[in-house]
Amino acid sequence: MPIQQEWTDQKIEQIVGNLLRAGVLLSAVVVLCGGVLYLIQYGHAPADYRVFRGEPTDLKSVSGILRAAFALDSRGIIQLGLLLLIATPVARVAFSIFGFAKEKDRMYVAFTVIVLLILLYSLIGSASGG
Amino acid sequence: MNILKFTLLVWIGSVIAGLLGSLTGLGGGVVLVPLLTIFFKVDIRYAIGASLVSVIATSSGAAAAYVKEGFSNIRIGMFLEIATTLGALLGAFLATKVPTSAMAIIFGLMLLYSAFLARKPRARPPANEVPDPLATRLRLNGSFPTPEGIRHYNVRNVPTGFSLMFGAGTLSGLLGIGSGAVKVVAMDQAMKIPFKVSTTTSNFMIGVTAAASAGVYLNRGYIDPGLSMPVMLGVLAGSVLGTRILVKADTKWLRLVFSVVIVLLGLQMIYKGLSGRI
Repeated sequence: MPIQQEWTDQKIEQIVGNLLRAGVLLSAVVVLCGGVLYLIQYGHAPADYRVFRGEPTDLKSVSGILRAAFALDSRGIIQLGLLLLIATPVARVAFSIFGFAKEKDRMYVAFTVIVLLILLYSLIGSASGG
Repeated sequence: MNILKFTLLVWIGSVIAGLLGSLTGLGGGVVLVPLLTIFFKVDIRYAIGASLVSVIATSSGAAAAYVKEGFSNIRIGMFLEIATTLGALLGAFLATKVPTSAMAIIFGLMLLYSAFLARKPRARPPANEVPDPLATRLRLNGSFPTPEGIRHYNVRNVPTGFSLMFGAGTLSGLLGIGSGAVKVVAMDQAMKIPFKVSTTTSNFMIGVTAAASAGVYLNRGYIDPGLSMPVMLGVLAGSVLGTRILVKADTKWLRLVFSVVIVLLGLQMIYKGLSGRI
């Protein structure tokens, strides 16, 4: 019986591992494309990160980033790649819910749902605060 | 300095940070923030945002390799992630309130502590612990393959480990680091989880913890695409390179050098924080 459970855990982890790698690879490609475009457009402008200004509204929220990226704004494309990267562990957690449900492990389905809600709150819910 | 030159230099610095981080097992984030703030004069909030992004990339990228070895315990990871993600949210909100000079000082102290942990010899864990009723109820006990066959282990001190993980999450959210060192201490020392299982499970938790604070950072405008781009691509390239050459490198010597670098950067951060120049 425990062997059966270990095998399932192992299989789920393997899928999760590949999911994570694919997410990182995809986001790196998107960031690289945006980055090349960004350097072509702004490469000769002076770099200044000494003073903190915060990002403009369209590079702060999920909807704003999607709009900027689809308008082919280079900074928007990089930001979309970074958003994909942040979404990768979130997708992993979401997939784990499915995995624990397959094993009929209700307690861990509940724990995983809690973690997913915290992550979704951070990504979407925390925007309204400031 | 123009953006092209700045981007290239930050990229090279990030490759080195990622390489050293993966070779020594201390993570690239610890040197990245001091590097950006001290040498590139980047505001610490932008530096932390960029560092967090790179932490997610390295943790997620490495996870696939660790999974195959069969050491990580997803139940321990998921249960403790409740603590680390809540801590990370708190840390990210604190980061919007705490003055940057105080952040620099906390960062410096954390660097000194990491260097201390890296030098400290590990005590050998006792062969087998008595099962903890709470750990049994939570189904945290597990097993892993060794050359002598499957080894079972029991998890101890669940509440202490959980609280330490909350602290690790807060530090991660406040400073933009993986805080893998604190996570390993919580699992290895407090919960008596075998070292191999602790390190691989910690790596797997780091990405989720960092994602919890990265959302807040993104929404607050702390993640700048122009800066995060070379940092993320550089750290990722460096850490991939690091895992490739890990087998051949003499890590004992490297760890010593890296510890010295960390101590110097830590002192520098504390000095900058105290003199209000950050």
